[in-house]
Amino acid sequence: MNVAEKILAKAAGRKEVSPGEIVEAKIHMAMVNDVTGPLTVKAFGEIGEARVWDKDRVVIVIDHQVPASSADAAGLHAILREFALKQELKAFYDVGESGICHQVMVEKGHVRPGELVVGADSHTCTYGAVGAFGTAIGSTEMAAVFATGELWFKVPETIRVDIQGDLQKLVTPKDVILNVIGRIGANGATYKAVEFAGPTIENMDISGRMTVCNMAVEMGAKTGFIEPDDKAVAYVKARTKERLDILKNDGDGDYERTLDIDVKGLEPQLSAPFSVDNVKGVGEVAGTEIDQAFLGSCTNGRLEDLRLAGRIMRGKKVKKGVRMIVIPASVDIYHDAAKEGLIDIFLKSGAIVCNPTCGPCFGGHMGILAEGEVCVSSSNRNFVGRMGSPKARIYLASPATVAASALTGKITDPREMA
Amino acid sequence: MIVSGKVVKYGDNVNTDVIIPGRYLVLMDPKELAKHAMEGIDKDFARKARDGVVIVAGENFGCGSSREQASIALKHAGVKCVLAESFARIFFRNAINIGLPALECKGVCKSIHEGDEVLVDLKSGEVSNRSKGSVAQANPLPTFLINIVEDGGLIQHLRKRR
Repeated sequence: MNVAEKILAKAAGRKEVSPGEIVEAKIHMAMVNDVTGPLTVKAFGEIGEARVWDKDRVVIVIDHQVPASSADAAGLHAILREFALKQELKAFYDVGESGICHQVMVEKGHVRPGELVVGADSHTCTYGAVGAFGTAIGSTEMAAVFATGELWFKVPETIRVDIQGDLQKLVTPKDVILNVIGRIGANGATYKAVEFAGPTIENMDISGRMTVCNMAVEMGAKTGFIEPDDKAVAYVKARTKERLDILKNDGDGDYERTLDIDVKGLEPQLSAPFSVDNVKGVGEVAGTEIDQAFLGSCTNGRLEDLRLAGRIMRGKKVKKGVRMIVIPASVDIYHDAAKEGLIDIFLKSGAIVCNPTCGPCFGGHMGILAEGEVCVSSSNRNFVGRMGSPKARIYLASPATVAASALTGKITDPREMA
Repeated sequence: MIVSGKVVKYGDNVNTDVIIPGRYLVLMDPKELAKHAMEGIDKDFARKARDGVVIVAGENFGCGSSREQASIALKHAGVKCVLAESFARIFFRNAINIGLPALECKGVCKSIHEGDEVLVDLKSGEVSNRSKGSVAQANPLPTFLINIVEDGGLIQHLRKRR
């Protein structure tokens, strides 16, 4: 069995499982946020259960509309605040102490290798970066999890993506995952698990691995994962006191298929409108004029991403007429970025630095696009209307490409700015 | 369980951002959400769907975010059933869990057209096209999922079992 199969087997109390089987599994951790959680709270009330199954296993993160962007949004926050208080949840991250849910989940040690984690947010697949099985479910199903601590799963087949080759300078994990999505397609991994492996992945830090696993869902995948190594274990150990059960691949794993990729000569990649798998090399789209550059999101709002952008932007100015928006993915990252002088670099360059939130990535607030505008974004989706007007156009790119493009006012190969 | 309606047709990769744009996720009332269903690609949808429709679509319907508001908006706008070549995983689960039938039907885009009147038998998976007099075959839902849909969704289903 591979890591994903072993986690499902363990959670289902079974010795073995195989792809296609449906198992009833115990949930280790369950997470909701402010756009999915209120529906869960409502549904949980309708089930008629008084208490959640385990108050230490439920995490609530207010992240999408932080601080509340409207009276309606404030109302959603209030529902969660009251629920967290009533249920005596320790892991309730309110406005001011949080960040984007997936960042918070990993950063605060709520995600551990070998565990089955469900989140009412599609990018829950991020958790495979530390060897967990993270998968997204809807609000109503989450209410059932809150009540019972269990859920049925179909054991997915696994696609293995073996990646080798050293990345060029200023070519990043984001470019790698965009390239993979371009090859597999927006529905090429529907219902499946995607394992990322090989020397390129082994060389990545946890931040880069989170970027890679985060976007597995953009191929339709149920989860993305990386076999946990010493780096992953050390990262998690520094964040939790829980005993870890590190599950590894047996090595005789059945894979639906294996994709071998060499990223040695890979140029920076972008997803052009209006689909994530519409992937181009930067050479093809360079020169496209932009109105906004967005650096942030659960995909690319980590300290390593801000450092990379900061290196390119230090002492330079954002092109007149372009808005650059920087959103650290968590309060901790914001704090560290300030200590390292990165916030200073962004502010002096003319970028605006906002508080941690999902914000413009899902078209919520803090940088909504007007009709006809073009945005280069380090986020994860470029669907019609995703960041505002259905007539705006979004190019997904790495933090390096976003930073370089902000300086020139057009899509720019960051390697030219070094 | 048999559902019916006039067909409204879309292509591949219809994502949850066009089904219900992110800015409406602050709305809790299904009726309010319904007003904005499909707004991202079809401003006219809420009016079209009022008297009951069946959505026919291509591959990967409902891809993108886990927002259950997408299936809620469709259901309350008047969608009786979604027939697609394939579904994104989270949308499929959400649809069943809120009592909106969603059936995979290979070739459906070729055999059924905008405006056709169709009748869908969830148990057998038979899709009768009354406008054309033809029949298409969808993958029937397993009984335990039909039970959830018939009860009106997972919550109603769980309450019944308590």
